[in-house]
Amino acid sequence: MRTVDTKEIADKIYELALSAGVTLTPSCMDALKKARDGEDEGAAKFALSTLIDNAELAKERALPVCQDTGMAVVILDIGQEVCLVGDLLEDAVNDAVRRAYKDGYFRKSICDPITRENTGDNTPAAIHTHIVAGDRVGITYLPKGFGSENMSAMYMLKPAQGVDGIVDAIVGTVKKAGSRPCPPVLVGVGIGGSFDTSAFLAKKALTRDVGTHSERADIAEIEKVALEKINALDIGCQGFHGKTTAIGVNCEWAYTHIAGLPVAVNIQCHCVRCRKATI
Amino acid sequence: MKKLTLPLDKETVRQLKAGDSVLISGEILTARDCAHKRLTDMIKSGEELPFDLKDAIIYYAGPCPAKPGMASGSCGPTTSSRMDVYAPVLLDLGLGGMIGKGEMSDEVRKAICRNEGVYFAAIGGAGAIYGNSIIKSELVAFPELLSEAVRRLTVVDFPCVVAYDCRGGSIY
Repeated sequence: MRTVDTKEIADKIYELALSAGVTLTPSCMDALKKARDGEDEGAAKFALSTLIDNAELAKERALPVCQDTGMAVVILDIGQEVCLVGDLLEDAVNDAVRRAYKDGYFRKSICDPITRENTGDNTPAAIHTHIVAGDRVGITYLPKGFGSENMSAMYMLKPAQGVDGIVDAIVGTVKKAGSRPCPPVLVGVGIGGSFDTSAFLAKKALTRDVGTHSERADIAEIEKVALEKINALDIGCQGFHGKTTAIGVNCEWAYTHIAGLPVAVNIQCHCVRCRKATI
Repeated sequence: MKKLTLPLDKETVRQLKAGDSVLISGEILTARDCAHKRLTDMIKSGEELPFDLKDAIIYYAGPCPAKPGMASGSCGPTTSSRMDVYAPVLLDLGLGGMIGKGEMSDEVRKAICRNEGVYFAAIGGAGAIYGNSIIKSELVAFPELLSEAVRRLTVVDFPCVVAYDCRGGSIY
């Protein structure tokens, strides 16, 4: 067994959170530049240029790229041969988030769903733990803004709807969202599993770099076809029309039931700020 | 690019056309979900509002805390459609217009036309640039709402696009 103090995990999350709030991922930045260069003169090109300038200013001066510094989504892949010691894992993670949001001058956006009272420190985080092989702890940190989260959707398709149904669900969700989720978006899709696992897979898909493809050829084809159809919608950056409505479609899959075909579509705005580390 | 200084007179508003890129300078007020609920509740119960709506521009935004030496933290727009239910009420009471991001309802567009208002789209996600163009920020109401409190911001050259003009034109 390898012993890992939860404080070590918390310190790493603190570091990832501070960096994520002020910097886009390199693959997202590349995609935005490519979109700007491919766009005709007009409002969409102006908006894309502004976003690139904004990301550069944010990085240079350590300012939040977007004021919606998000709900902290933390995915922990904990090796079966790891023995965790120290504070309760959940408390350690929330403590890291609390410190990062204070020290980074990030917005605190978490509230009670009914009273709407703000918790004041951006906790609790949305924490997902998985037990995996090995003696390492994998950390994925994704600050998730809700302008885009609000435009996400869940479908329980009939098996007969097949691949066409999946593509229609993905494209239809982006079309319905229109200008509201801050396009160009990254689309995370969870295919199969049960109601809950497909939603998690859709979120996990958003942690994959922009421009990567599923290892399964048939699913990579769904990603490609859906992306082409989305970019033919002419929603464009900020809804100002244009060629780039999405910078990518990332699909993850799981085995499902003979009676069902769950498809979850999680929308991420153009502000992709995912970070990963291994302890 | 057209430069606009607030408050806007009706003649200037009439000349704005959906799709125009503009740089806005002057005073705007932040308000989002919770603040709008409170403001409309106050209107319903006949209470006096904490600021004058007449020709005011509301910015749908909730900033990050300011770093030392800065007037405001990052402060880009939030999704305007969540305020669809509130905007027509405020426009009918004299609100000059709004700044936000994304489409709003037909009811909002109609209210903009009948009151000769305007809806500007700021670039969603450009929080650092907007925060950097705020030179003053004062708390006006509801401090307990934290980032959702109403603040009066003095802005210089805020980059926006006219999204809905007062003749029914739309960029979307």
